[in-house]
Amino acid sequence: MTSGGIRRSLTAWAVLAMASFGGMAYAAPGPWQLNMERGNSTWSQIPYHLNNISLGVCVVIGILVFGAMFVAMFRFRKSRGAVAEKWSHNTTLEVVWTTIPVLILIGLAYLATGGITSWSDTTGSQMTVKVTGYQWKWRYDYIDYQGKPISKVGFVSRLDTDSDQTRQLDSGMDPFAVKVGNENTYLLNVDNPLVVPVDTKIRFVITGGDVIHSWWVPALGWKLDAIPGIINAAWTNIETPGTYRGQCAELCGQDHGFMPIVVVAKSKPDFAKWLAAQEAASAAPAAAAPAPAPAAASSVEANAPEQTAQADSDPTGAKQG
Amino acid sequence: MSHAATHDHHDDHHGAPKNFFTRWCMSTNHKDIGTLYLVFALTMFFIGGSFAMVIRAELFKPGLQLVQPYFFNEMTTMHALVMIFGAIMPAFVGLGNWMIPLMVGAPDMALPRMNNLSFWILPFAFTLLLSTLFMAGGGPAGGWTMYPPLALQTDSLAYVVFAIHLMGISSIMGAINIIATILNMRAPGMDLLKMPVFVWSWLITAFLLIAVMPVLAGAVTMLLTDKYFGTNFFNPGGGGDPVLYQHIFWFFGHPEVYIMILPAFGIISEIVPTFARKPIFGYKAMVFAIASIAFLSFIVWAHHMFAVGLPMGAEIFFMYATMLIAVPTGVKVFNWVATMWGGSMTFETPMLFAVAFIILFTIGGFSGLMLALVPADFQYHDTYFVVAHFHYVLVTGALFAIIASTYYWLPKWTGRMYSEFWGKVHFWNSVIWVNVLFFPQHFLGLAGMPRRIPDYNVAFANFNMISSIGGFLFGASQLIFLGVLIHCAFFSKKKAADRAWEGAKGLEWTVPSPAPYHTFEVPPVINDDELAHGHVND
Repeated sequence: MTSGGIRRSLTAWAVLAMASFGGMAYAAPGPWQLNMERGNSTWSQIPYHLNNISLGVCVVIGILVFGAMFVAMFRFRKSRGAVAEKWSHNTTLEVVWTTIPVLILIGLAYLATGGITSWSDTTGSQMTVKVTGYQWKWRYDYIDYQGKPISKVGFVSRLDTDSDQTRQLDSGMDPFAVKVGNENTYLLNVDNPLVVPVDTKIRFVITGGDVIHSWWVPALGWKLDAIPGIINAAWTNIETPGTYRGQCAELCGQDHGFMPIVVVAKSKPDFAKWLAAQEAASAAPAAAAPAPAPAAASSVEANAPEQTAQADSDPTGAKQG
Repeated sequence: MSHAATHDHHDDHHGAPKNFFTRWCMSTNHKDIGTLYLVFALTMFFIGGSFAMVIRAELFKPGLQLVQPYFFNEMTTMHALVMIFGAIMPAFVGLGNWMIPLMVGAPDMALPRMNNLSFWILPFAFTLLLSTLFMAGGGPAGGWTMYPPLALQTDSLAYVVFAIHLMGISSIMGAINIIATILNMRAPGMDLLKMPVFVWSWLITAFLLIAVMPVLAGAVTMLLTDKYFGTNFFNPGGGGDPVLYQHIFWFFGHPEVYIMILPAFGIISEIVPTFARKPIFGYKAMVFAIASIAFLSFIVWAHHMFAVGLPMGAEIFFMYATMLIAVPTGVKVFNWVATMWGGSMTFETPMLFAVAFIILFTIGGFSGLMLALVPADFQYHDTYFVVAHFHYVLVTGALFAIIASTYYWLPKWTGRMYSEFWGKVHFWNSVIWVNVLFFPQHFLGLAGMPRRIPDYNVAFANFNMISSIGGFLFGASQLIFLGVLIHCAFFSKKKAADRAWEGAKGLEWTVPSPAPYHTFEVPPVINDDELAHGHVND
């Protein structure tokens, strides 16, 4: 593994550098990936930059503090004849090293506060998608698009068959062989991906049908818990068409690791075509239309609207949280 | 001081009971109970460690090779519960039991019989907890945080809840005992601001324990009644709120994090001055920093919940409060470095572990600061970045401090010196492999690998394999530790001096090594020069 690993790591580095600095679409984790991805939404560079800046600050402080410590450990060794001094107090020094961190923290807090403020603003969205987490699959319901309600477009999204067979204990199948084209999609592919348009502010309303899940696509820059009885809201605006992969990020039972998320972002005309086809399909045969609650949904989900009110978190109020 | 020594000699003759059962099961002696705590913690450390080995073995390469996902979840849950409540906390209580009376010049703990009870609850609590692994429905598998509604699906919930109640009762009694001892039993002249930092850190930790263990007990009791008695605290179908549990749990959980690190700060503040042969820099600032961290720990709980959809104002408040903790923590790190500066240092095993603690704990602190930034946390939360973060503060933080203190006080406990060579072999193996184990987990988290998953995409394969190799070797290195301890306790020929370390100060070094069964039956006469911080002006 080693020599090939080194060569592969160099390639990965090159890809990473290109992805970070060249603005290339970068949708799934790469081998030897070292840093957070920049993402492909209008907001996703905020956590990315915050991550890089705070890491940089920590590295500089680390070099200074650990540097001083190593100097001390070499200079003030008993074996080098160092004689211990007696002082144990220095007010100036203490004031300085209390004040400087405070200033650094104020800078970081300022940047982070701006990020939260823009993330929390779900107003002005052009599309709404309802996301519901179940053990162990996701359900997507399209609520509205460009001011018009969408009726009966919704489906369940679960782990693809190829990954599902491979991941069984002692399946004897090779995870490295699970591919779509050139890309390994082991545990990161689904039967029905969420299809959305690019350049559109999409509002997600996220809830849980049984236990708590968390909806996370790294390329969008955030994750948000899917909690039974509560409707959370968040938004994204994807810049580049592509396939973006993520996973459930809250322990939700034995198959928590096997309920991935795939978002396919299409250009607006392509999305309009896709949506029209879906609407036509659901309008035609009544049997093909997804029922309001699928068989697997528990009674908890069926009662969701009432519980929401009881949990003191109506969809409008949930906007900011 | 010589007074104490003669007295101890006299006591040695009718000291420890000869009968094994009487000596260990009915003991009211702080040293014996301290030893029991430490042996118990070491046992749990190896049991919890074996769970971690299962986790790392399954994650060695993509695909499921060894265990079913449910069993994997039992392992992550039990690993955390056993390590937190069985290894780290009892180890600190054991150290407090052994050392606090010796450090403040008290003959024993204030409440010796309660001391016996608070220890002997633990083996029963953990038997109850570990027995769930052998039950038909399996053990708890919803994570140590036991979030409902998932935790309510656990068949063995009642066992886990009662085990936690028992551990909580034990911790609260231990904390009451420590507070009573420190406030009432100090030798005349041992003013509060002359106490060793370790004693201060335990005094503050004990208050945290009393404040938050009942909160945990309440939270798990609500789980119990939700599951078995038809209440709906956390059930949205009955008007409850699953997020309420998380608020209650983390109101316990964040102070709990500091319960596991403040005594470690105290330990490092004892060891660094000893081996730098220079008094600790800024004694009062150190004490004040511990107190500030303890206070702040009560107002930061929701930083564990940034992804649950809190209102924006709450996210901002908890972010600012969390970032503030960096200030007193930074002061502590700077003060340790300043203590070394101008010292006359030697690097015996306790000092090596202390130095590793300062560097690696600080790395864990840095990732903690990054995690505090809400927008970045939206990406980090519940990934391996978090796993790396808390293992840096708990393994290279709390655990390294416990190991450092064990080497530091072992000569006082056993009367013999451990093997410095094998101690250093243990140190270098631990410090190298622990980084091979946990450092790559930062990269995994940043690349997008969630926590608590038994299997992963092949993109994560390289670093997982490296991490697993580090894990196996770190685990194996701890067998060296076991060997050093057994050798020192039973076979070492090298007698320890009363003052085992040249630069060591404090009352514990004025009694013989091994410390006699009874010490300070007559309060010692305090000579400020003998104390690590005898001069209040510093």
